[in-house]
Amino acid sequence: MSSTTATAHGHATHAGHHELGFVQTYIFSRDHKMIARQFLFLGLFMMILGGLLALVVRWQLAWPETAVPGLGGILKETSGILEPSTYNMAFTMHATIMIFFVIMPILAGCFGNFCIPLMLGARDMAFPVLNMLSIWTTASAGVIMLVGFFVPGGHAAAGWTSYAPLSAVPSYTGTNWGQNIWCISLFIMGIGSMMGSINYVTTVINMRAPGMKLFRMPLVVWSLFITAILLLLAMPVLTSGVAMLLFDRTLGTSWFRPSGGGEPLLWQHLFWYFGHPEVYILILPAMGIASEILPVFARKPIFGYHAMAFSMIGIAFLSWIVYGHHMFVSGMNPALGMAFTVTTMIIAVPSAIKTFNWLGTLWGGSIRFTVPMLNALAFVSMFVIGGLSGIFMASTPVDIFIQDTYFIVAHIHYVVFGGSIFGAFAAIYYWFPKMFGRMTNPLLGHLHFWPTFVFFNLTFFPMHIIGVGGQMRRIYNPMQYEFLQHQQHWNVFITVSALCLGVAQIPFVINFFWSLFAGQKAPLNPWNANTLEWSAPSPPPHLNWGATLPTVYRGPYEYNAPESREDFLPQWQAPVRAGAPRH
Amino acid sequence: MLNWWLPENVSTYGNDIDWLFHLIYAITGITAILVFVTMAFFLVKYRAGAGRPVKYTHGNTTLEIVWTVVPALILVVLTFLSAPAWSRIKMNIPASDLEILVTAKQFNWQVTYPGSDKVFLDEMHVPVNKIVRVRLKSQDVIHSFFVPQFRMKQDAVPGREILQWFEVVKPGRYEWPCAELCGFGHSGMRGWVHVHTADDYKKWVAENLAAAGAPAEEKKDEPKKNEKEKAKP
Repeated sequence: MSSTTATAHGHATHAGHHELGFVQTYIFSRDHKMIARQFLFLGLFMMILGGLLALVVRWQLAWPETAVPGLGGILKETSGILEPSTYNMAFTMHATIMIFFVIMPILAGCFGNFCIPLMLGARDMAFPVLNMLSIWTTASAGVIMLVGFFVPGGHAAAGWTSYAPLSAVPSYTGTNWGQNIWCISLFIMGIGSMMGSINYVTTVINMRAPGMKLFRMPLVVWSLFITAILLLLAMPVLTSGVAMLLFDRTLGTSWFRPSGGGEPLLWQHLFWYFGHPEVYILILPAMGIASEILPVFARKPIFGYHAMAFSMIGIAFLSWIVYGHHMFVSGMNPALGMAFTVTTMIIAVPSAIKTFNWLGTLWGGSIRFTVPMLNALAFVSMFVIGGLSGIFMASTPVDIFIQDTYFIVAHIHYVVFGGSIFGAFAAIYYWFPKMFGRMTNPLLGHLHFWPTFVFFNLTFFPMHIIGVGGQMRRIYNPMQYEFLQHQQHWNVFITVSALCLGVAQIPFVINFFWSLFAGQKAPLNPWNANTLEWSAPSPPPHLNWGATLPTVYRGPYEYNAPESREDFLPQWQAPVRAGAPRH
Repeated sequence: MLNWWLPENVSTYGNDIDWLFHLIYAITGITAILVFVTMAFFLVKYRAGAGRPVKYTHGNTTLEIVWTVVPALILVVLTFLSAPAWSRIKMNIPASDLEILVTAKQFNWQVTYPGSDKVFLDEMHVPVNKIVRVRLKSQDVIHSFFVPQFRMKQDAVPGREILQWFEVVKPGRYEWPCAELCGFGHSGMRGWVHVHTADDYKKWVAENLAAAGAPAEEKKDEPKKNEKEKAKP
């Protein structure tokens, strides 16, 4: 700590005197903003891959065993037709990539790094070197994960949940090194996440600007703080689990293999003990982002700031004791299932509180439908659907039927795409001006948002219907089942919508790169927002502020406060004293 | 549409599940409509340029309490309504003298009846209106016993023997897929459960389970036995 502060101080005094070289500025940077950008690029690149894998899966489900356009060159032996093992690999890697290498890097990695120091008034993270190691560890894990596509036998094909013993014994899937690489990559990714989260927690506790009390922190910082604590506690469980799985596969241990006295359900307990907090790791930052953007564009304080913060803390606590709802029909003692029903029902309450508070924030505001606002509103409404469909699963008897059907697939996508990804888009559009110093193009933003919103719903809503009809997840060909044939038209409909959803991302890519180089220069505070990052230049220089750090005088959501003439009152603006001139 | 896309239900406990399913449909459907209508109303009414002064407020404690307590109450009631069905289906397995062993493997269901060595691949024959107990095992990976029309699902876990039951009220032929990813042949791993009338079932037993005095023969339902006591061989 002391050496870090000393270095930071040294840099501050010398700022402007010497420039860091290319490598130190862009590659091995210790600047939290550059690291944030690196996480963003990692996530967006992986999103393209994860998205294409999803479209491959969808093609197979709509038009089973026909050549997938564009795959003729890759799958030469079958001239582009997916085999069942390739199909299993595609959905396994779609989920693995989207969860671990898209949403976590973008929400926790990018916006955690970008927002925490800037919104708290810190010059950088508490441990800048550890921060640099975090991105490079995560990026290495990403590269290792990609290598898995090229090993003989193909990549992991046991689902992103990798239930043992399917995943623990190579002959059961026919995948050998693919699954090993999956374990190794997630192990390394877990270490990278832990480095990042230690940094976030320390920074939030120790490095807030003068006046930045805990309950003056913006809600997005609250959400990232809680996410970091969850990561810090959940990631060791995942890393231990994948290490045990790897040992079962390579060293002959029998943690999960019943043939050697192991217990397959132990994997599920470990995986979901990590996996359920993980779901909240994916959604909490998006909740924070929505709580940040809604007040700015409704020009009104957030409704129930304390309720919002405490409901996130409540979710964090409860997220540890609900994981058993993934295992109602797994063979776990049914009495335990009953206990998990109670906790699962209860965890819906803080989510309900948050939804009503977002509605309360809109009530009586002056709402501007900017692109970040539209994405934040999409987050709120899609999260409502995803949250409500979760209640079906909480009810154990209903879960008997919908477990492992497309209803679950619909639910997770409403939460993780409708929630997290819309949250990520909202954040990208909102902080782009500060992050890159240029505005995004609103027309392209609308062209991206509206088709994405429409086709998202056309893709994922019908999945509820085919799930209720009984279609199992992870099946290669629904037409093999007589009871599913009558709803095959829905599969075609979903796939066409998914293809359109894919095409709808093109305006985003154009907007992102065009704005990066040719966008209009961003002013200091383009949205007239209150939080500290908008007091730094766009983009903020190394160490963020000049000689003095901002001082915080009030909470983050003072919009249309009676004591100010303008419709916003920034956190850093000193209160007007009697006799002092107004500026 | 009346059934909200659910497949036909033919089992005794399926109604308990469907009833809860429809109840949750109603609760979540009404909630979703209320939230979306409110949201749309706010978005239109409070759009910028409508010329209304902004209501400067940080919240309302009464409202917070109301929207904490009301969802909590609904969810607690839902928990209590879910418990009896769960207990009936999974926790109190009723006694029966018909118990069938199902051993899953990649990628088949192997069905054996007491007193017979015969293994039926991907087909199970049971009488209608009779409690059938299933001992579920797996010899390799995790599979999941799923018969949509029975509203029955249970994972088969290697190294464990899990006792389940069902009672079907309508004769017929019901598809029996595996619902848990079990390898490259997962898709297409399915069998058929043939539900016969009492007479047809007797005929089937006579033809297929040759051993005399096959235990699967129709008997009067015996009074409830201790759960752990196995059906007579």
